[in-house]
Amino acid sequence: MENILEIKELNKSYADFALKDVSFSLPRGYIMGFVGENGSGKTTTIRSILNMAKIDSGKISVFGLDSIKDTVAIKQRLGVVFDSLYLAEHLSVRQIEQQLMPFYSEWDTKEFHSKIKQFGLPEDKEVGSFSKGMKMKLMIAVALSHNAELMILDEPTSGLDPVARDELLDILAEYIEDEKRSVLFSTHITADVERVADYITMLHGGRVWFTGTKDELDGKYVLLKGAEDDLPDALREKCIGFHAYRNGFDAMLDTQYLDEVPDALVTEKANIDEILVYIAKEARHEKSSESDAV
Amino acid sequence: MKIYIKNKSDVPIYEQIEEQIRTQILEGQTEENEQLPSIRQLARDLKISVITTTRVYNDLADEGFIISVAGKGYFVAPRNNELLRERMLCDMEEALERAVTSGRNAGLSDDEIAAALRKFMEE
Repeated sequence: MENILEIKELNKSYADFALKDVSFSLPRGYIMGFVGENGSGKTTTIRSILNMAKIDSGKISVFGLDSIKDTVAIKQRLGVVFDSLYLAEHLSVRQIEQQLMPFYSEWDTKEFHSKIKQFGLPEDKEVGSFSKGMKMKLMIAVALSHNAELMILDEPTSGLDPVARDELLDILAEYIEDEKRSVLFSTHITADVERVADYITMLHGGRVWFTGTKDELDGKYVLLKGAEDDLPDALREKCIGFHAYRNGFDAMLDTQYLDEVPDALVTEKANIDEILVYIAKEARHEKSSESDAV
Repeated sequence: MKIYIKNKSDVPIYEQIEEQIRTQILEGQTEENEQLPSIRQLARDLKISVITTTRVYNDLADEGFIISVAGKGYFVAPRNNELLRERMLCDMEEALERAVTSGRNAGLSDDEIAAALRKFMEE
């Protein structure tokens, strides 16, 4: 299977944050959900793919091209949707098209206007007056009108109502239907990717915590609950994000240790949100035990 | 063919769809050689992942419920299909076994159970 996007050992550090050896790949024809709490490195990774941030080391290939050397060629075939509008707010849809057309060798005016119509966007109003959902749809219409093979969306659903989010999922599912195009979709609203994503990459603290198919992640972790007395010490050490309260405990456990779980404890499947929460709890433990040691 | 998903179910999505398609084929609610939606069409319609629908079709093809025709898509397998026939026989045996157990639990003799079965067949 051909990878439309390949990231190998990407490192990028800022004063207070760093991406560390981020590696993952997205095959052609599929949707990848890119999840992690705020500040986990999703946007920095996306900025690196788009060559908007200068990477310290590593290699990023898009369509088999180099993200730095071939950045102009890559952008011809790439659609981006950001959390806020990157287009001039005082222009109308028509004027924006006039501005964008010269940049794209494969600009399709007919397709653009048909999408604008399908999404119910007015052509002559200033786009600055558009609602958040309308702005998102405008960016998608642009992405769909220059034959982009990869669409990268950075938090497109934050601040959108459920109806607009549902419409977006529809558009993305339609977009990849021809098996040639892919979507990288960053979000912290995991319900949006829980169903529609084929692959999930999960970041935490600038590192990749998981990357693979969603089905793999689905069966990888369980939540473990019960009374602390019933939890063997050996199993306690394998718990992720262990949390004790007066009448019991809860934690997350890798399913490879399921055999060691005594009958007195209960387990249930962990969803993406829960996995993110327990990873964050575990990180806080590590931090506090480090400071204890000091 | 009817396909739908219960969002608030503990049964994984792929199992829900597989079970629906199996049931409809076994109960004769589908036509032989009826075409199924393509993997990507079904994923789009249900707003689920392509990998999930791929798995559904692969599983059902392995079990002999549907067949894949290169370049054309997926179709309900013909009724004379060996695998499908085996599956139906297996279903029948399981149901008979349950019936016999229930009958004996209720204190019926084997003759009475056989008579009950014959009565059903006459109906």
